[in-house]
Amino acid sequence: MKKEVVAMLLAGGQGKRLKGLTKSLAKPAVYFGGTYRIIDFPLSNCTHSGIDTVGVLTQYEPLVLHSYIGVGSDWDLDRRGGGVFVLPPHERENGSSWYQGTADAIYRNLNFIEQFNPEHVLVLSGDHIYKMDYNEMLRFHKEKDADCTISVIDVTVEEATRFGILNTNDDLSIYEFEEKPKQPKSTLASMGIYLFKWDVLRRHLIEDENKASSSFDFGKDIIPLMLENSMKLYAYPFKGYWKDVGTIQSLWEANMDLLCDEPKLKLNDPSWRIYTRSPNQPAEFIAPGAKLNNCMINEGCVVHGEVIHSILFYGVEVGEGSVIKDSIIHPKVKIGRNVRINKAIINENIVIEDGTVIGSDSGDEIVLVNSEEDYAARSGRGREVTNP
Amino acid sequence: MKELIGVINLDDELDQLNELTYFRCGAAVPFAGRYRLIDFILSNMTNAGIVDIALFVRRKYRSLMDHLGEGKSWDLDRNHGGLFILPPDWNDPTDTSLGDLQHVHNNMDFFHRSSGSHMVHSGSRHISKVDLREVYKQHISSGNDVTLVYKKVEELRPEHEACLRIDVDEQGQVTDIHKELDHSNIYIEMFIIDKYKYLELVKDCIAHGKNQFFRDAIQENRDRLKIGAYAYDGYHAVINSVESYFANSMDLLNRENYTELFRDQPISTKIKYEVPTRYTENAEVKNSLVANGCTIAGQVENSILFRGVQIGKGARISNSILMQKCVIEDNAVIENVIMDKDVHLSRGVTLMGDTRKPFVIAKSSQI
Repeated sequence: MKKEVVAMLLAGGQGKRLKGLTKSLAKPAVYFGGTYRIIDFPLSNCTHSGIDTVGVLTQYEPLVLHSYIGVGSDWDLDRRGGGVFVLPPHERENGSSWYQGTADAIYRNLNFIEQFNPEHVLVLSGDHIYKMDYNEMLRFHKEKDADCTISVIDVTVEEATRFGILNTNDDLSIYEFEEKPKQPKSTLASMGIYLFKWDVLRRHLIEDENKASSSFDFGKDIIPLMLENSMKLYAYPFKGYWKDVGTIQSLWEANMDLLCDEPKLKLNDPSWRIYTRSPNQPAEFIAPGAKLNNCMINEGCVVHGEVIHSILFYGVEVGEGSVIKDSIIHPKVKIGRNVRINKAIINENIVIEDGTVIGSDSGDEIVLVNSEEDYAARSGRGREVTNP
Repeated sequence: MKELIGVINLDDELDQLNELTYFRCGAAVPFAGRYRLIDFILSNMTNAGIVDIALFVRRKYRSLMDHLGEGKSWDLDRNHGGLFILPPDWNDPTDTSLGDLQHVHNNMDFFHRSSGSHMVHSGSRHISKVDLREVYKQHISSGNDVTLVYKKVEELRPEHEACLRIDVDEQGQVTDIHKELDHSNIYIEMFIIDKYKYLELVKDCIAHGKNQFFRDAIQENRDRLKIGAYAYDGYHAVINSVESYFANSMDLLNRENYTELFRDQPISTKIKYEVPTRYTENAEVKNSLVANGCTIAGQVENSILFRGVQIGKGARISNSILMQKCVIEDNAVIENVIMDKDVHLSRGVTLMGDTRKPFVIAKSSQI
């Protein structure tokens, strides 16, 4: 069955910089925005862009991700002749090994892509928060008759030193790719979204795979190789909200961006809903003594205390006299009475005892509470402070 | 539980909720911030592992069908069995059946094809969390022909007036079924019966020109049947008037009722992919139930907000129920109001009802 575009979503990364949050799950499965997981964004973007065939490449701790994606029905990706396919590394005739890099992961699934005989392949990553119509990018890609189109976002010169930067001519054709340049020549940062002509990509994946020195990475190997071979590469400028949530700091910031007066990322958008696995919880219960100020609260929460500039995922309980500020509370966390939580991320299912203090008013650092032990270690000091 | 099949019969249920049932049947009335009344009995059945469920509808069921779809949200989209919505689309010239017996007569296939030996028969007006596995267990061990489920209510309320009561002896056998107002054993319109016994009774009723199964086959047949009673003790509400709808909704703001209704077994409903509710800096929300997708910039007290409601700055909402996607502009004031879906209230408008007699605004009104 011929498809115009097949999407390949790279979801195998560990996301080491997210520390404990990715202890037992892959980065794309990390929670975001009170109800989502990061992978909901690229999957929903695919559905809304009319891309109905998505291969999800998994490797690191895939259990949560695999069961979360299921048959893809939550994203309308349970389709005949397409849909979502989970593609972990597998044993082959000539031996087995893990995916060696992003390009290797696609290379090892050439036969998956070939069965759809697509004209183009869209390569996505599972660690960014953004809403994007990939169709617009496809239109640009076809207009330019590009071999590869890379979606870029304009960043500040300062930020440019932390991204993969694309140096372009006036017509947006790319002549150079620089990974984290010290002296950036351009401020167009790669968003990790690549659209390739399938035959060109195929050729280059095979060529790269046969290079002993390759690290099998799109940014480091495939793109430079295509430039070397004088392929037509273009930068597609994306205007809109896009955030890499690869660190605790950036994840926290992206969450807090939702609490601005006019958030740049509009989630409450009926024409571009971000789909997610519904936890099916009752309407949240806001008790008589509760105080809510600039926050997002999901269903299934029971709030007795005060919630300021924070995000509560489903099923969170906040006891009387407790104050949650500048924090993100993951699903089913039970917070007792007279607890103070400041600028923290509390991972799912943790029980926080009465009187605990986590984080401080003045602290700049974001406290990650990832397990009961983690919090017990931090709370000893706090109990003394708050208990009368 | 493969032994049980479910029948939800909406035939006897009148459209008693005024504006709320102008365009939908009672079973499709929204309740508790994100559900419809049908969700409660349907979830009780699926939580007991019942996978063959027939829904007998006759009037105003468009909204209900839209809500239920093919039953996916209740895990009832099955290859074998699942949810069957059975409207009165039959045309048998030899049919002499009357009343709710028509549904059974004309949908015999459902009864014959479903694999269970016993059936749970229920309506949708009584909200409960009856564990049907327990009722079934008692039914089998007692050897009764039929087991009725009742709740002994602590306090008789106006909505109980229309309910049937049952008298139960020490052995748990039903000795009388009546409407004497001072009795507190409220029959919650739910029974378990052997499927073939049921079909036999239906046949008998039709042969004798009867038209209402429960009255003609059970109530009138008391002496010939062994009728047992299952005493249910848990959350219970009867929704048979605007007043009872309002009172029972508001009762959910009592934490105990909320917990009793929602703990343990989940209640399923149609999935909507709404974002978590956004409370702005100006929001003041107290003692309320709020579903996802709302944006709240005003004051909300003692109220229930369904999915996607918007409350503007300076607006004051108290003792009210706002259904899906209502928009309340800045500085509007509402008290003791039930707003059906998609109502738009302009800036500064004031609407007041009474605590006992809420002001009901019909669907999609612009005020």
